[in-house]
Amino acid sequence: MADLVSHPDEVKVVSRRFGQGATNIDRYLELDGYKAVQKALGMEADAIINEVKNSGLRGRGGAGFSTGMKWSFVPKQSAMPKYVLCNGDESEPGTCKDRLIFEHDPHSVIEGVMIGGLAVGARSGYIYIRGEYRYLSIIMQKAIRDAYAKGYLGKNIFGSGRDFDVYWHGGAGAYEVGEESALMESLEGKRGIPRIRPPFPAVVGLWGGPTVINNAETLACVPHILLGGAEWFAKLGPPRNGGTRLFCLSGNVAKPGVYELPMGYNLKKMIYDVGGGIPNGRQLKAVVPGGASCPCLTADEIEVNMDFDSVAKAGSMLGSGGVVVIDDAQCIVKFALRTMKFYQHESCGWCIPCREGTDWLKKTLVRFHSGGGVMKDIDNMQYLAENMLGRTFCPLGDAAAMPTIAFVKKFRKEFEDHLDGRPCPYDKARVAEPVMA
Amino acid sequence: MVPHYPTKRSALVPTLLYAQDEIGFLSDEVIAELAGRLDLTELEVRNVISYYSMLTTTPRGKFNVQVCTNISCLVRGGEEIFQHCAKKLGVGHKGTTPDGLFTLEEVECIGACSWAPAAQVNYDFHENLTAEKMDRVLDEYRKKATQ
Repeated sequence: MADLVSHPDEVKVVSRRFGQGATNIDRYLELDGYKAVQKALGMEADAIINEVKNSGLRGRGGAGFSTGMKWSFVPKQSAMPKYVLCNGDESEPGTCKDRLIFEHDPHSVIEGVMIGGLAVGARSGYIYIRGEYRYLSIIMQKAIRDAYAKGYLGKNIFGSGRDFDVYWHGGAGAYEVGEESALMESLEGKRGIPRIRPPFPAVVGLWGGPTVINNAETLACVPHILLGGAEWFAKLGPPRNGGTRLFCLSGNVAKPGVYELPMGYNLKKMIYDVGGGIPNGRQLKAVVPGGASCPCLTADEIEVNMDFDSVAKAGSMLGSGGVVVIDDAQCIVKFALRTMKFYQHESCGWCIPCREGTDWLKKTLVRFHSGGGVMKDIDNMQYLAENMLGRTFCPLGDAAAMPTIAFVKKFRKEFEDHLDGRPCPYDKARVAEPVMA
Repeated sequence: MVPHYPTKRSALVPTLLYAQDEIGFLSDEVIAELAGRLDLTELEVRNVISYYSMLTTTPRGKFNVQVCTNISCLVRGGEEIFQHCAKKLGVGHKGTTPDGLFTLEEVECIGACSWAPAAQVNYDFHENLTAEKMDRVLDEYRKKATQ
């Protein structure tokens, strides 16, 4: 069980029931549980979609696409059954927020899936949880059973005359499956290889039916929006960036943890005030602001507000909310190597630029970090990474390329130092032989 | 599980994991059995197995020690924890101890970033690790095996 933290600047929306025993359905009901879905049952589908649109809720998985907009793409009429799919395959390095939602407030995800279903006209939903989160799957399965037992799921939910089913589905270890089309492939019992789009999942998705896919945190926001109102939710953050965010603060900070802060919270304040600064008398070197796929920000670039638009303006991405803090004892080349080793391992191999690009970048970085680099490698790495951008079916290729480009551009001197101070001038006190699986 | 889905095949991945949890690995018999039940060829099942990192067709130790060395763990000493385990158990990545108790594995992010460095032994999370804490964790599992 993961420890909870708190800070006075937190605005608890998604995390308001954390530590309150809300895995118990009766406790969840005491804490306003299943009120939002009952409200939704009395609303027109378009009214639900508009409410979510107006709330400024954007996808918490990383892409930051407007949730209400996504829902509106699902055709009203469909010969095939429609589905809601909750993405709980949380695997972006640096991200551990969905885990807390499943652990402390599983019913909020079920309720979000149901409301999504009412909005798009689906009558069943699937909650996909990564295989490593076995204990959370058990919590979720119990929550679903309890909701059926109360008559909130199944036939004639809340006496409304409407039916809705929610199922749990478990993964078996694959980062790529967090990508929406690969997620559907995985749920269909196949290798998690992305699909070409169009057609988009909203039109042709799971088993060919129109499907809306949202991250678990996104869906957990939805009941709060219906109860608190779109205006309230929108005003928690800056324009077009409604609500709060579960920021997973990790790495070299004094007080790592998952903090729910308003969208647009200042990154510097997050590191030094909420996170308690850099421990052991060290200085900040860099921050990865939204999970491993986001270009890093240097210590001079952290005066940035953590909302989708501001971080994009600063040349990176808000991503999945995983804020990884790197102190000056760390070697950026090593960090870049570990990042690339991850993408090389997780690339499904479907698209050649990604499969070959990640492999060559990893090989080059391994050689470079162990002292066998040449000056030309530095430009080659950048060239390789830039040629992966936008040339793959899914964003994994981009996710591997973008951080590499940033590491090389922003820390070029550190790469060059590896040529003068072979093998690594930064990493001497640490493990001599990097683990190479 | 099959009734939850419009196609039988959809039950494949969770079913494989359940089967593996029962007998330790995905044997030829299990693969043949599942292929038969889900109307798939054995090749189709093997294709899926090879994609998912948690699935294995080779036996592992009773306790699968999965140490994360991804970025959040890396900067907080995840590699040192891995090296420490390797030394203590006398095996490398994906190696199994001769007594069949432990398999060591370096894994990608397990979603314990804010509590790094972290490891999973089978499905149990062990977080905020130090070498000493890791020793205690391994000793506890060793004790568990003899009980």
